Amino acid sequence: MDNVEQSPAVPGIVEITGLRKRFGTNEVLKGIDLSVKRGEVIAIIGKSGSGKSTLLRSVNGLEQFDEGTLTVDGQALLHGNAAAMRALRQHVGMIFQSFNLFPHLSVGRNVMLAPTLVKKRDAARAEAAARKLLERVGLVEKFDAQPDQLSGGQQQRVAIARALAMEPSVLLCDEITSALDPELVGEVLRVVESLAEEGMTLLMVTHEMSFARKVSDRVVFMHAGRIHEMGPPESVFGNPQTPELKQFLSALH
Amino acid sequence: MVDFSLWDIFRNLLMAVRWTVVLSLIAFVGGGLIGLALLIARIAKWPGIEPVVAGYVQLFQGTPLLMQLFFLFFGLSSLGFQVSAWTAAAIGLTLYTSAFLTEIWRGCVNSVSKGQWEASSALALNLREQLRYVIGPQALKVAVPPTVGFLVQVVKGTALASVIGFTELTKTGTTIANATFKPFTVYACVALLYFILCFPISLWARSLERKLHGQR
Repeated sequence: MDNVEQSPAVPGIVEITGLRKRFGTNEVLKGIDLSVKRGEVIAIIGKSGSGKSTLLRSVNGLEQFDEGTLTVDGQALLHGNAAAMRALRQHVGMIFQSFNLFPHLSVGRNVMLAPTLVKKRDAARAEAAARKLLERVGLVEKFDAQPDQLSGGQQQRVAIARALAMEPSVLLCDEITSALDPELVGEVLRVVESLAEEGMTLLMVTHEMSFARKVSDRVVFMHAGRIHEMGPPESVFGNPQTPELKQFLSALH
Repeated sequence: MVDFSLWDIFRNLLMAVRWTVVLSLIAFVGGGLIGLALLIARIAKWPGIEPVVAGYVQLFQGTPLLMQLFFLFFGLSSLGFQVSAWTAAAIGLTLYTSAFLTEIWRGCVNSVSKGQWEASSALALNLREQLRYVIGPQALKVAVPPTVGFLVQVVKGTALASVIGFTELTKTGTTIANATFKPFTVYACVALLYFILCFPISLWARSLERKLHGQR
């Protein structure tokens, strides 16, 4: 195959083509094509069960897909090739709904662990970087705290710092405010917004529609395992074309 | 007939305790290492390993330890492999311990939430790093009390080695009882010595459990 002629002039940082995923007989992704440009902020919306989380988790290989190709920064995702997965995952950070901080490590150690192990940073350099990142998310004074001493919002900001410590080119956010008390959502979204402003490529599954509208460059509406509608937020939210998206948006109000 | 004082009985039993301790330690260290190896092979999803380990565990958990020792001692020698009582007891107890420990520890690893695996995978850690720095320390906290508790079972399990003629505490007790015709006194001393070995371990297991629960 002659890839040069097939692909667009500037290949996206994430290129997904013909992605299919089955759980048993249930096909949850039915052929997804998506090209994400560097610095683009994409919000993925849709009902639960529409495949939006599965799509997001395919980008760093937490879900194995059955057909199609996926590349990040030009590197193909190859399941079963440990070296290739390790290389790819250094380009892709991820933040989870349930934070998933390492409970046995201090906040600082949570942030330092992967850079010291995977990128072989020496302790002093990793610590300096960790302090800088924690300062950025407003938690530098919590460096020596244990995760269970923090509020949910603080834990999620630590999780963001931990992901950023690997200097990823793409950040995946999987419903990162869904487990938070309403009054803690804002502090997390402000951090994400600042990342977007600084040019980080973001792929986020979210239920925060006003946030998606404000921050994203493109909104992807998923329905029944397909990208049902896609476009800039003003048109997706302001002028939905399909009855499914209209129904989804009206159900939110 | 030689007249044995209580002290003579106790002294002779005390000399035999060391073989019970040595056999327990061999079983525990050897069984721990094999159990850990099986656990890692299972976690790493080596092709075909899962049914093999599951069968291994079922085999040793589903048959009496005594039969396992008989099989190793009498069974292997009838097949032409000469094994001493000492070797048969050490191998038998080691395999038995490994089957139990690998299953206990698998439960402990499974008790660590899936999110911990996912977060460490997403940070590009490989399996060795995940086990060493993320999953292992959390599983270890859960594993210590049941593991120490099982050590007590192993110490008591060594008594069965007396049946194939290995001279540890119980076997020595039988010999002395036969010589002195004081089985009650002798076996009371034997039981007391097992208790002296096991009780501190039980206490230790309980205090560890309390300490680990207090932390989190």
